[in-house]
Amino acid sequence: MLGFLLRRLGDVIPTFFGVTILVFLMIHLIPSDPIQMRAGERSIDPERYAELQKEYGFDRPLVVQYFDYLGGVLQGDLGESFVTKRPVIEEFATLFPATIELSIAGILFAVIIGLPLGVIAAINRGKWLDHLTMSLSLTGYSMPIFWWALLLIMFFSTTLGWTPVSGRLSIMYYIEPTTGFMLIDTLISDEKGAFISALRHLILPTIALGTIPMAVIARMTRSSMLEVLGEEYIRVARAKGLAPMRVIMVHALRNALIPVITVIGLQVGVLFAGAILTETIFSWPGIGKWIVEALNRRDYPTIQGGILMIAFVVMGVNLLVDLMYGVINPRIRHKR
Amino acid sequence: MKANFVKAAIGAGLLAATALAAPTAASAKTLVYCSEGSPEGFNPQLYTSGTTFDATSRNVFNRLVQFKRGTTTIVPGLATSWDVSADGTEYTFNLRKGVKFQTTDAFTPTRDFNADDVVFSFRRQWDKEHPYHAVSGGGYEYFNSMSMGELIKDIVKVDDYTVKFILNRPEAPFIANMAMDFASVLSAEYADQMMEAGTPENVDLNPVGTGPFQVVQYQKDAVIRYKAFPEYWEGKAAIDNLIFAITPDSTVRYQKMKAGECHVMPYPNPADLTAMESDGDINLMSQEGLNVGYLGYNTQKEPFTNVKVRKALNMAINKAAIIEGVYQGAGVAAKNPIPPTIWSYNNDTVDDPYDPEAAKKLLAEAGYPDGFTTDIWAMPVQRPYNPNARRMAELVQADWAAIGVNAEIVSYEWGEYLERTKKGEQGSFMLGWTGDNGDPDNFLAVLLGCDAVGSANRAQWCNEEFDSLIQQAKTTADVLERTRLYEEAQTVFKREAPWATIAHSIVFEPVRKEVVDYKIDPFGGHIFYGVDIKE
Repeated sequence: MLGFLLRRLGDVIPTFFGVTILVFLMIHLIPSDPIQMRAGERSIDPERYAELQKEYGFDRPLVVQYFDYLGGVLQGDLGESFVTKRPVIEEFATLFPATIELSIAGILFAVIIGLPLGVIAAINRGKWLDHLTMSLSLTGYSMPIFWWALLLIMFFSTTLGWTPVSGRLSIMYYIEPTTGFMLIDTLISDEKGAFISALRHLILPTIALGTIPMAVIARMTRSSMLEVLGEEYIRVARAKGLAPMRVIMVHALRNALIPVITVIGLQVGVLFAGAILTETIFSWPGIGKWIVEALNRRDYPTIQGGILMIAFVVMGVNLLVDLMYGVINPRIRHKR
Repeated sequence: MKANFVKAAIGAGLLAATALAAPTAASAKTLVYCSEGSPEGFNPQLYTSGTTFDATSRNVFNRLVQFKRGTTTIVPGLATSWDVSADGTEYTFNLRKGVKFQTTDAFTPTRDFNADDVVFSFRRQWDKEHPYHAVSGGGYEYFNSMSMGELIKDIVKVDDYTVKFILNRPEAPFIANMAMDFASVLSAEYADQMMEAGTPENVDLNPVGTGPFQVVQYQKDAVIRYKAFPEYWEGKAAIDNLIFAITPDSTVRYQKMKAGECHVMPYPNPADLTAMESDGDINLMSQEGLNVGYLGYNTQKEPFTNVKVRKALNMAINKAAIIEGVYQGAGVAAKNPIPPTIWSYNNDTVDDPYDPEAAKKLLAEAGYPDGFTTDIWAMPVQRPYNPNARRMAELVQADWAAIGVNAEIVSYEWGEYLERTKKGEQGSFMLGWTGDNGDPDNFLAVLLGCDAVGSANRAQWCNEEFDSLIQQAKTTADVLERTRLYEEAQTVFKREAPWATIAHSIVFEPVRKEVVDYKIDPFGGHIFYGVDIKE
């Protein structure tokens, strides 16, 4: 198991360098000058322009800028935002818990709904229940997040008044962030009702963000289950007279889970992409919205730092998924 | 049995959901403003965006002189009066006594506001050797872009309640500049304490002002909480708490307003305006913006060097169709380069009529009977003065085609667009301007003065007669005389036609019915002192 872990960790290092180069170069390929852009219609005098170029380091060759940046990153310094002048790592740390909270809720929603849907569809193959669940999941998959989110808000928040429109907590509660995770912070606070408020605020963003992964997981579970259900050992299990539920849950599902877990791992990347839209619509103070804003303002250090950190997290999760295979399937664990 | 269970479960769920529907919009005297984004920081001297000014200068700080709420009129602020020397180069401000600074967790003031605070606030921006100059990145973009650095010769504390600004040249718009956001006054005592503690940047993160509201809590991208400053020199604000609920999506802001989760929201989505108008809970306020959207001609490039060509093209443009198609009715046709809300606006100007036949004739007179080929540059971004430059360019293209002028539409990424138009690569181009200080100089000199050619004067237009008028107006303190000069300058502008003035946009602000005395700020700000909520 340790060898397996080390091999996987070894793969992460070149990926890390690849990401830094990609992020750095891509930003400089955008034909735009952040200084000109910020000056806008009023324009900027050449002397001040030169000063700012120097301050941002734009007066040096790109290669020098890159290695300078890389040096900082290796020491845990992602630079300072052009806009707020605050360290990027500090802003990331403030906002990241909100994204994690939403992403965990989203993936839980996707798995809790998607997995059973897939199983139900598989054991009812060809029947109306199969068609129903699969059309539902196709609809979910095809729905653009911003549209789906607005529909949810208009129906559940504005028309029915069941859920709040946006934000993480009702403004009547005053909570100083301790962990940054609103559910935990409200739970440990003295404010009565704050936890419920936080929970209610989480419902719609979770559905909006979790719908696409849910649909993918449902479809993947269905096809994986169908494949496994056709295997001979399932027939043997059934022939032995095992309870049908036991055959499905223990013999079939466990073996069908490997590709499903891969898909769940891959959905983490999808979740972060979805978080950008979800966070903007639901005014969710996470890193998705932060990066979009940085892009609009050409705040290079924030864009670079933000994407790099996301890449890190996605790599970490995928490493975890790889390790999970080992836990679920001993053959993978022992393979050299 | 099973069906009953499901029914019961749904019923219980509904009940729970209804019971949990928390009281929205908050209790009495708390005003919630659904702002569009996070401020860049909490010191208005360092930034240029309206979002930052709303969160800081417009509600937390004061300036020596201020704009009367809802107008561009300058009234006394932290200065009770001011004198200008005969040669127009010395401005002496008499400061208000008894003004308190806010008390925060980090700072308890031991003295009232005085001249030291004014000197600190301006020296920090002006003097490169000042210990605070480089703190928090030290970019004073607005101060510099208004040329304050080169304009000010010295800032002198005459006594505790008198400050003198000595200028390098007479500059009548100086007083209007002093009402701008960057001219906000910070506490020198607080700054000294923070410098001693080794944390000078705290001054820019945890603001201490003299204004009507003080910051209580800020959570990036989520919320800013303010409370009314009880010792505010104009009297405590009518509302007790002010909350900025940061909501970037305009449609969601509207949904929040409908659900009663906010009282005031900026920048509504044009598509929602009709629904807002018919909404009984919402009062949709509107006002002409302090802006102008125009189509400029590169007057140093053939054939736009010829005034007849420029006039002919102006006459070929159907402005009414643009206002309908591009502004969706939320704009008024512009005939002058300054908006009608600015003093000295020349009402007597006669706009170029929409007359394609006459335009054709004029073009023939200019030596282009068969028209010519050119380009129209369209901005890639949406701006308050032009919601859709691409669409506008298409309409103008069609209008010009009718008189034989074939124009190709060109666009670049925004930064690139600004840089290239500055250099004069374009034939004709779309752009616009939103006023900074309500002074006509801020439009006429900045955008059309000879000094500005190669920078913000992208029409590259330098007309001696026009320039001499605006230069005279700059050095005259007499407002009546300045008005006369600017009116005359507008006549010259219209005759020479370096731009086709297209429109002034209309600003919309939906506020809930229970909000009393909210006023639209001509500068695009959101000011909550003087606003109340009906019980």
